[in-house]
Amino acid sequence: MSELIKFRIDGTECMAESGTYIVEAARQNGIYIPTLCNMPGVKPKGACRICTVRINGRMMTSCTTPVTQGMEIESNSETINELRKSIVELLFVSGNHFCPACEKSGNCELQALGYYYQMMVPRFPYDFPQKGVDASSPYLIKDQNRCIMCKRCIKAVRDDQGRPLFAFRNRGNHLEVVLDEELGKQMTPELAEAAMAACPVGSILVKEKGFAQPIGKRKFDNKPIGSDVAV
Amino acid sequence: MSKKITIEPVTRVEGHGKVTILMDDKLNVTQSRLHIVEFRGFERFVQGRPYWEAPVLVQRLCGICPVSHHLAAAKALDVIVGAGTGKGLTPTGEKMRRLMHYGQFFQSHALHFFHLSAPDFLFGIDGDPAIRNIIGIALTNPSLAVQGVMMRKFGQEIIRATAGKKIHGTGAIPGGINKSLSQAEVDEFLKGADPLNADKMVAWAQEALDFFKSYYHANKDFIDGFAHFPSNHLSLVRDDGALDLYHGRLRAVDAEGKRILNDIDYQEYTNYIEEEVRHWSYMKFPYLKHLGKEKGWYRVGPLARLNTCDFIPSPLAQAEFEQYKALTGGKPNNYCLHMHYARLIETLHAAEVIRDLLNDPDIMGDNLVTKGTKQAEGVGLVEAPRGTLFHHYRINEDDQIVMANLIVSTTNNNEPMNRSVNQVANKIMTGKEVITEGMMNAVEVAIRAYDPCLSCATHALGKMPLEITLVNERNEVIDRKLKH
Repeated sequence: MSELIKFRIDGTECMAESGTYIVEAARQNGIYIPTLCNMPGVKPKGACRICTVRINGRMMTSCTTPVTQGMEIESNSETINELRKSIVELLFVSGNHFCPACEKSGNCELQALGYYYQMMVPRFPYDFPQKGVDASSPYLIKDQNRCIMCKRCIKAVRDDQGRPLFAFRNRGNHLEVVLDEELGKQMTPELAEAAMAACPVGSILVKEKGFAQPIGKRKFDNKPIGSDVAV
Repeated sequence: MSKKITIEPVTRVEGHGKVTILMDDKLNVTQSRLHIVEFRGFERFVQGRPYWEAPVLVQRLCGICPVSHHLAAAKALDVIVGAGTGKGLTPTGEKMRRLMHYGQFFQSHALHFFHLSAPDFLFGIDGDPAIRNIIGIALTNPSLAVQGVMMRKFGQEIIRATAGKKIHGTGAIPGGINKSLSQAEVDEFLKGADPLNADKMVAWAQEALDFFKSYYHANKDFIDGFAHFPSNHLSLVRDDGALDLYHGRLRAVDAEGKRILNDIDYQEYTNYIEEEVRHWSYMKFPYLKHLGKEKGWYRVGPLARLNTCDFIPSPLAQAEFEQYKALTGGKPNNYCLHMHYARLIETLHAAEVIRDLLNDPDIMGDNLVTKGTKQAEGVGLVEAPRGTLFHHYRINEDDQIVMANLIVSTTNNNEPMNRSVNQVANKIMTGKEVITEGMMNAVEVAIRAYDPCLSCATHALGKMPLEITLVNERNEVIDRKLKH
């Protein structure tokens, strides 16, 4: 067992095992640091940057940075929150996120973060990219309009041999996450459910699931994101 | 120098109305047109979306009657998921949807009468525009204003309980509904503190109707003389000919009551109804195919529904229906302003149906959805508050919508609204070179009888963005009034 170390988040003294990533260590101490691309049990990549904190004057992603003894972490400050809010806004404007007709609304982590950071309207111009919808799988729909390329589906949905069923395609502005042409054929209803659950937004939808969950019963209908962590 | 005034396209229902009136040198009205300068892209941008999104997406057409679009789309998708048309749902599925729909009717009709139309009756068509609005009613007749507000609130609460939100909910899903009511919710609606309970709503709906009837009897010449012309009438009716706002077969009668569309299955509506495009309006002109463009146009809405149905299946509304039918000797009623009378009878009916449904244990059932063999195409119709609403979708093998056709109530009423405007214009503007505010409001009143979405609805009350242009036969503008 690793040794317990002490560190501080926004001045609050915390304890965690040495080597624990900051986001997880914060969680263990009842402090919520927002995440989008991070998934428990999967090696973090720091792709979305929403979990950015400041350590010794440097901006670091807390999902990839382990806590160390005596570390001073700035998280819930005006500067950091403003940065996170701008990341949420950039994610909104770089895709086509129309919450009113999206079945993930109420369960969407991006939408929930928009509410969490009180985003009224993005400060950045909408990109309105031309994106497609791949509905060719019998079990799921991949809506590129809503994909934030967090890679959670790539990391979470794998075949028996551990090979990812989702993959990147193209480069630069044309980069998109797609169902792998060959491995994707192994998609099952169960894996489709897992993929939809892994997707933090409404980019992966299990077919014909629709709006079966009524308003009021959805994940973020009655409590904001992070409520399960913050004490 | 004369000029042509153009208003840029605006969104679907909060639309700007533009009226042009053509007059010859002797100041006779030769033509009147109500231009709907709106552009709706829903039929196009729903293409490519998964079909189950349609009920939630297309309801954004409207902020006043989104439930109608929500349910019409869901009914079309019932056909697509193999749940059949109308009668294929579970009892809970169908009754929850009906409750949502009648709640919608109740709030929308209350909104129309109390907020939008009553000021004209209370203060007169040419009354002071500063007080000819709901605020004026609140100041001069506060109990009536409260009644209007609370009736609307009750309907909205019914929608919230059935759809999840008062506006733009998600309750209806292909093949059924996503929730039922709890005992606590039912008790709240049935036994809630006054005035928010079903019994009070029935009583208030009756009072509102009595209010209009007394106004009517005192102002019979005005009501009967305002835009009265023969027309066909179309609506859904139940299999036994009863008024049914949620489901039925398509029936049309002519001005004399002769059946001209005999209770057809609406899945086949394209065999019977066509839409004509005219260059001066974004809104199409539907007509009954077998009668042609000239004779096949029809009215929809409260007036039409009470002309096509044989009876109303709730006792208080049926008693009122019998009095109402007696006014025209049982023949179809073609008086435009009787639309308000018919609307209030429907409001009473809606209150009675809501109360009955709340007392039905099926409303708390847990068998919510049914599905069968998937189909590629489906048509869904409901009677929206303003009239028959058509939704028609076709999907591909990947479950994406490839075709959508919507014929909304306002579109169905396009020709009769134009005729109403023309008749009012002829009556009040012939020989006049100057347009008064009273004249403009008379035109509004004619439009308002059909569809509050066009009159002002979500705009500031009493500030309908209406433009009236008087043009002579050389296309020179004689006078123009713009009212924001």
